Amino acid sequence: MKDLFSRTLQTTIIFLVIGGILALSFGGFFSSITNRFTGGFVSTQEWFATRYQAIQEFLAAPRDIVSLRTRNTELQKQVSDLQAQVINLQQRVNETEILAALVDFSRTNPENSYKAASVIGRDPSPFLHYIIINRGSNDGILRGMPVVTSEGLVGRVDAVIADAARVQLITDPASSVNVHLKNADTDAMLVGSVTGDISLDLISQDATIQPGDLILTSGLGGGFPPDLIIGQVVNVQKRAAELFQRSTVQPAVDFSRLQIVLVIINFRAVDIAPLVPTTTP
Amino acid sequence: MRNIIALPLLGLAVILQSAIVSQFSLLAGYADLVLVLLAAWALQDGVTTAFHWAFLASIMVSFSSHLPWFIYMAGYFSVVLFALLLQRRVWQAPLLAMFSVAFLGTLVMHLLSYGYLRIVGDPLPFRDTMGLITLPSLLLNLLLSIPLYGFMRDVARWVFPSLEEA
Repeated sequence: MKDLFSRTLQTTIIFLVIGGILALSFGGFFSSITNRFTGGFVSTQEWFATRYQAIQEFLAAPRDIVSLRTRNTELQKQVSDLQAQVINLQQRVNETEILAALVDFSRTNPENSYKAASVIGRDPSPFLHYIIINRGSNDGILRGMPVVTSEGLVGRVDAVIADAARVQLITDPASSVNVHLKNADTDAMLVGSVTGDISLDLISQDATIQPGDLILTSGLGGGFPPDLIIGQVVNVQKRAAELFQRSTVQPAVDFSRLQIVLVIINFRAVDIAPLVPTTTP
Repeated sequence: MRNIIALPLLGLAVILQSAIVSQFSLLAGYADLVLVLLAAWALQDGVTTAFHWAFLASIMVSFSSHLPWFIYMAGYFSVVLFALLLQRRVWQAPLLAMFSVAFLGTLVMHLLSYGYLRIVGDPLPFRDTMGLITLPSLLLNLLLSIPLYGFMRDVARWVFPSLEEA
């Protein structure tokens, strides 16, 4: 009985001591000691946690890098595909704009039949101003047919094969076009040059030419249909000692940026060479 | 048998010349890719088919040009001739030989073109032609000579592997 009492007393005392310690600690009386204990605990746990995370990242990272690299490659491919699409669409927009202008031009000139062609090359010799188009005899293109854009006259077909044709530009040194100056109501001859500039020659001294005058094809000689726009007069050289006036011309067509042209397929050039009188000895 | 590379190579050169090179003009002149390519090929060691290449090139170029085939043939044959003459004399400086052949070949080619066009009646002032076409073309051809010589040297090594091993 006495032993039982002493054990109960011991237990009670132990609980009271523990309860007292807890009460004192909750009351903040052991804060310095608990702070040291919890601080050490937290720092130890932090040390283990960071090491564990580092090891986990080390083990898991290679898989992530591989998957990220794969994903990156896929995205880069998508970007390049989209960029190619953008370029392609931009090109189509440009072509559509040119074609729309050409359609407008053909509607305003319904008397002619046109065949659209792309410019695929230029003459390899720098002495000559010729272009190569991707339409030939299979498309009804014949030698001598005039070639235009929505801006104006480009030239005429010089040679034809089945699927391509060579066009002599009006800027070629050997090119000559009979033209009509609308404001001055006079005829002249348009000639090319090695530099690609065009100029007017054989203008009558009596004609009054002004800068800005519109130049159209006259249709004389049968090489071109009449009233195709060529350009404007830039300046006039009138010398009393010469038989004719001369003039430099600003062409309506930008010959350095030709992409799509129209061939007038219902026009047949007339060769008047046999009708030109020759001098007899 | 590997000499058959001439066909696609010259074909590609003519296409590039017509479609791209002729768009990049300096004043009114532009480079002659086919001429420089022929010069570079003719200067390579072991090449015995340079005249065949020149014949093929002149046929191909005249197909897309208004100038007649015999002008190109005379011009390209003279390029090969210059190359063969200079190859042994300046063998220690191949790039110098390349520049010389490109220079002389361009001059001859332009003189032939000019002469022909004058004969058929084209009004070409000599001073304008020299200043605006020939001199810029010379400069562009000389610039083009450097990369093309290296390229054709690689082609020659591929066509004649025995020379490299020797």
